[in-house]
Amino acid sequence: MTATTDFRDAPTQVSDDITRFEAEYAAQRRTARLAWMIGSALFFVVFLFTAWLGDFFKVTQVTLPDGSRDWRWIIPVGIPRLGDYIVNTIPTLRWDSLGSDLAEWFWRWRVWLDLLVETILIAFMATVLGVVGGFLLSFPAARNLAPNPWIYHICRRYLEITRTVPELVFALIFVFCFSIGPMAGVLAIGLGASGSLGKLYSEVNENIDMRPLEGVKAAGGTWFDQIRYGAVPQVLPNIISYTLLRFEINVRASSIVGYVGAGGLGQEFRTALSLQEYTDLSALFVIIFVTVMVIDYGSEKLRHRVIGLEARP
Amino acid sequence: MTGNLILSNVTRQFGETTAVDRVSLSIQPGQFVGVIGRSGAGKSTLLRLINRLIDPGSGSVSFDGVEVTALKGKALRAWRRDCAMIFQQFNLVDRLDVLTNVLIGRLAEHGFLSSMAMRFTEEERAMAIQALDRLDLVPQALQRAGTLSGGQQQRVAIAKALVQQPKIMLADEPIASLDPANATRVMDGLKQINTEDGLTVLVNLHTLDTARAYCDRIVAMRAGRVMFDGTAHQLTDDVVRDIYGLDGFAEFNEAVTSTTARATGRVNEPA
Repeated sequence: MTATTDFRDAPTQVSDDITRFEAEYAAQRRTARLAWMIGSALFFVVFLFTAWLGDFFKVTQVTLPDGSRDWRWIIPVGIPRLGDYIVNTIPTLRWDSLGSDLAEWFWRWRVWLDLLVETILIAFMATVLGVVGGFLLSFPAARNLAPNPWIYHICRRYLEITRTVPELVFALIFVFCFSIGPMAGVLAIGLGASGSLGKLYSEVNENIDMRPLEGVKAAGGTWFDQIRYGAVPQVLPNIISYTLLRFEINVRASSIVGYVGAGGLGQEFRTALSLQEYTDLSALFVIIFVTVMVIDYGSEKLRHRVIGLEARP
Repeated sequence: MTGNLILSNVTRQFGETTAVDRVSLSIQPGQFVGVIGRSGAGKSTLLRLINRLIDPGSGSVSFDGVEVTALKGKALRAWRRDCAMIFQQFNLVDRLDVLTNVLIGRLAEHGFLSSMAMRFTEEERAMAIQALDRLDLVPQALQRAGTLSGGQQQRVAIAKALVQQPKIMLADEPIASLDPANATRVMDGLKQINTEDGLTVLVNLHTLDTARAYCDRIVAMRAGRVMFDGTAHQLTDDVVRDIYGLDGFAEFNEAVTSTTARATGRVNEPA
């Protein structure tokens, strides 16, 4: 066949290109391998260093079962303690006395139920405050909408600060100002939420179509008119979606701020930890887990409804 | 001098390029003026300079003896209301209904609170419906603007301009994104407003045929400068060839209605 003869003739002519390719390929592989080796060596060194800083290599003195003391690496010593801790939190539940065992496990259910309601209300009110603050600031904090650079930078910095400071720190400050109670929690979580939501909203704002705003401006509208008529209708579905997501996060946050006295279930955690009531801890964990699951499920359903609304023309 | 729009030596630069170069025009009330030129000739900038969406670098724009370039704040917004603007891409709010889009034309008359609450008076609503009726859009009044066709959207934009009760109507390539049938309806609408209401109309076009069919007066621009200013009759093919060369002349005749429309989709299109 002519094709095969052609093919046989070809190598003498092509081989130059092929050898050049092989050489280049080998060189490329060499540089890639070298870069990879240097990269992994660096990573390994940095990783070991951070592990060392974090006491992962610490050798600690422990008491052995026979009463003598000895030096051991901290990790194999610590892991069984974790197991002990978990075992301690497991309540005794027997089938024939399940009702009374459960009642004993959740013995403070009245208090916990009250605190759970308080936790959810803290999350709700904090979300409302966060939405109001974040929404109002998200427009001047969007690069394309800011009326002038000064206002833009002030709003941006405010959002950064409220986002950077942990909610527990805000909670401590507000407990100091307004005494122990849910109000401090609401303010702390609301402030944090305004920072995160403002940032998220402003990013949505930066992606909008500017033509409707120009249309409003050309009709004699003020900056506020441009935002209200041109921007808000475009961003509303995204804002609702982010708000629901934030509510879920705030429920988690509000279940812990009580640890520093800012209301909600967190204070029970503290009591249980300091009194070493281990089964109380697991009961509280179950309560929070179930609550968060239910709220996540509900708000996810709602969020998908909202996103579905947006997809429709 | 009532209602005269006078531009003298208006210049505007963007970086190195001079978009509008020493333009002087005097436009009498009630005229239907077409501004033609290839894309990048400065037509769009000229219109934006007139209603102050862009500020001029130098020169003056005056209306009725009032210096437009010096206006600020409320007076500037009142001026923008007085010279309504229609855009190539309509610039409506897709997610709001048609009626609200038209009522946006009334915002210059509103205070902060009623505007934020989207509260309009019964008279304003009646005005908006009448404007929509003139453009045969009453059945669509409660539909979302985004669901309408391009031609319908542009007519909504005209209705919005009408409720501004303007003295001048500026139209920036109003038919460039439309098919020929809708383009005719939109141009007819503008012409009707010009003859019935006596409104001055200043419209950017990039096709000679449309300009000759509708305009009393044609201004031809090239590289930011006015190269011709006269009646449609005076703008013969020879004159166009002189201004734009053979290539430009061919381009004017080829481009029937549509410049390549920029993507009209929203930026944050849901995935």
